[in-house]
Amino acid sequence: MKVLVPVKRVIDYNVKVRVKTDGSGVDLANVKMSMNPFDEIAVEEAIRLKEAGTVSEIVAVSIGVKQAQETLRTALAMGADRAILIVAADDVHTDIEPLAVAKLLKAVIDAEDPGLVIAGKQAIDNDMNATGQMLAALTGWAQATFASELKVEGEHALVTREVDGGLQTIKVKMPAIVTVDLRLNEPRYASLPNIMKAKKKPLEEKTPADYGVDVTPRLEVLKTSEPPARAAGVKVGSVDELITKLKDEAGVL
Amino acid sequence: MILTDEQRLIRDTARAFARDVLAPGAEARAKAKAIEPEVLAQMGELGFLGMTVPEDLGGVGADYVAYALALMEVAAGDGAVSTVMSVHNAPFNAILQRFGSPDQQARVLRPAAEGAFIGAFALTEPQAGSDAAAIRTRARRQGAGYVIDGEKVFITSGAIAGWAILFARMEGASGKDGITAFLTPTDAPGYVVTRVEDKLGQDASDTAALRFDGLEIPEDLRIGEEGAGYRIALSSLETGRIGIAAQAVGMAQAALDIALAYAQQRQSFGKPLVAHQAVGFRLADARTKLEAARQLVLNAARLKDAGIPCLTEAAMAKLYASEAAESICSDAIQTLGGYGYTADYPLGRIWRDVRVCQIYEGTSDIQKLLILRGMTA
Repeated sequence: MKVLVPVKRVIDYNVKVRVKTDGSGVDLANVKMSMNPFDEIAVEEAIRLKEAGTVSEIVAVSIGVKQAQETLRTALAMGADRAILIVAADDVHTDIEPLAVAKLLKAVIDAEDPGLVIAGKQAIDNDMNATGQMLAALTGWAQATFASELKVEGEHALVTREVDGGLQTIKVKMPAIVTVDLRLNEPRYASLPNIMKAKKKPLEEKTPADYGVDVTPRLEVLKTSEPPARAAGVKVGSVDELITKLKDEAGVL
Repeated sequence: MILTDEQRLIRDTARAFARDVLAPGAEARAKAKAIEPEVLAQMGELGFLGMTVPEDLGGVGADYVAYALALMEVAAGDGAVSTVMSVHNAPFNAILQRFGSPDQQARVLRPAAEGAFIGAFALTEPQAGSDAAAIRTRARRQGAGYVIDGEKVFITSGAIAGWAILFARMEGASGKDGITAFLTPTDAPGYVVTRVEDKLGQDASDTAALRFDGLEIPEDLRIGEEGAGYRIALSSLETGRIGIAAQAVGMAQAALDIALAYAQQRQSFGKPLVAHQAVGFRLADARTKLEAARQLVLNAARLKDAGIPCLTEAAMAKLYASEAAESICSDAIQTLGGYGYTADYPLGRIWRDVRVCQIYEGTSDIQKLLILRGMTA
């Protein structure tokens, strides 16, 4: 079975982001970029399925600027077999919206015919949490979101989902779209020998036009702003005072 | 310097490994005066112990720029671990790669590159440091092999190594041409660790004194010809120096990161420390020195990759980076004031760890000698 893993190039999670002075977005100039951490978990899960013999080929796809090639090299170095880069923007500040991404992924699915798509539940830049669901709608495939455990059994995938108040296990018929949560696995480091081998793995470059998809934005960002600065705390003199404050002011007791 | 995909990915893996595994345990390693075997095993699996060894000999086949970048990151996580990694890759692996027989490469270099054991390089003696040609350890022929007697000091990983490259003078021979290189497993009878030094820093990396007491070495573990030892010992100094310089850059980077984070967060006189120009400018100067050091290291590594002799460039990189690193670490301590001097922050340890970069693999004075020789030759 072939698995498709979409990966997104995002601002590295260790970077303290700065909002651009005109409020149009976050400043990405000269900022360290990395693979979206949820996508790393998706790549890792695909590799584990391959190591278990369930999966025969892992295809990583990225949609964005040309530099997303670096993100695909990371996926290849971790263990993906080949990569497809769809260059859909020239400017690093242009974000391709979930619907356009889902349409492009649908087109890739039509061409590649995978049995399973494993994707991050969301990207840590815009936190949309929409692409996987939209892709399921476009393909008509089953979807299982927020996976914390994934087992493939014959023609079905058993997925444990992290839902409010606990865990839910569902069984979906494949082909299916699975989006992964933080606790599914701990991604491996790309080993140095695998990094060197990744150089020889195929990376195919495409454009949205190749798939007949229009990626023109439909949403307009009106304003981006820093979160409000945290207000200073207060010191309490006694346990009684603390309880009173928690009851009357914070309203948490 | 603009990096290739491979160089960037190798740096990223080293950075993540250093951040997740090395840095959190650095203090405990220094206290225990040891590196956990599982950490070294993981470094082997990831490829850090065979970086520039070609793939067909069991290594990664990376270039020296990638090697320097990885050492910087590992050193930023734990300076002592970077020393073990540095000596293992070059001189140990580098010598076997260049001068080892096919049999030695299969038996020793391949497992070394895969991280099956740590390698040591035993040249220095109590009376022969910078003046390496003055070594007195003796080798005499016995049957089809050799018997070695003598003493070595300051041998990095001398106690934990699985194999060591050692240098001895053939009986009756004098001068540089009398020196021969040998390989020995460290569990051979006659390989005796007499002492592990107590040091100013780098406590987790063992620095051993050795005695060779009738150590028998078969002929097939002689490296190169009899009398070729001095040339072999000197052959890997370029890469060894690039390695030490990279370590210094990494440790200084770690210190500066701590100082910058502290200066941005700590308030005094109603504003963050960094907004006081005396503090801010000190950090700007440190950052500039660090960048200059980094570029000297990467430039020497790039020349090495291109096959261009870089003895002078490697000497300048080591001289400048090691001295800049001590001053950057000192500035970092100053930025934290009293806290910088306490063990609550790792700056004291980093400062002590980085000090030796001005000493081992050729002191600063020896580097100046080499640079001057390049100017006047």
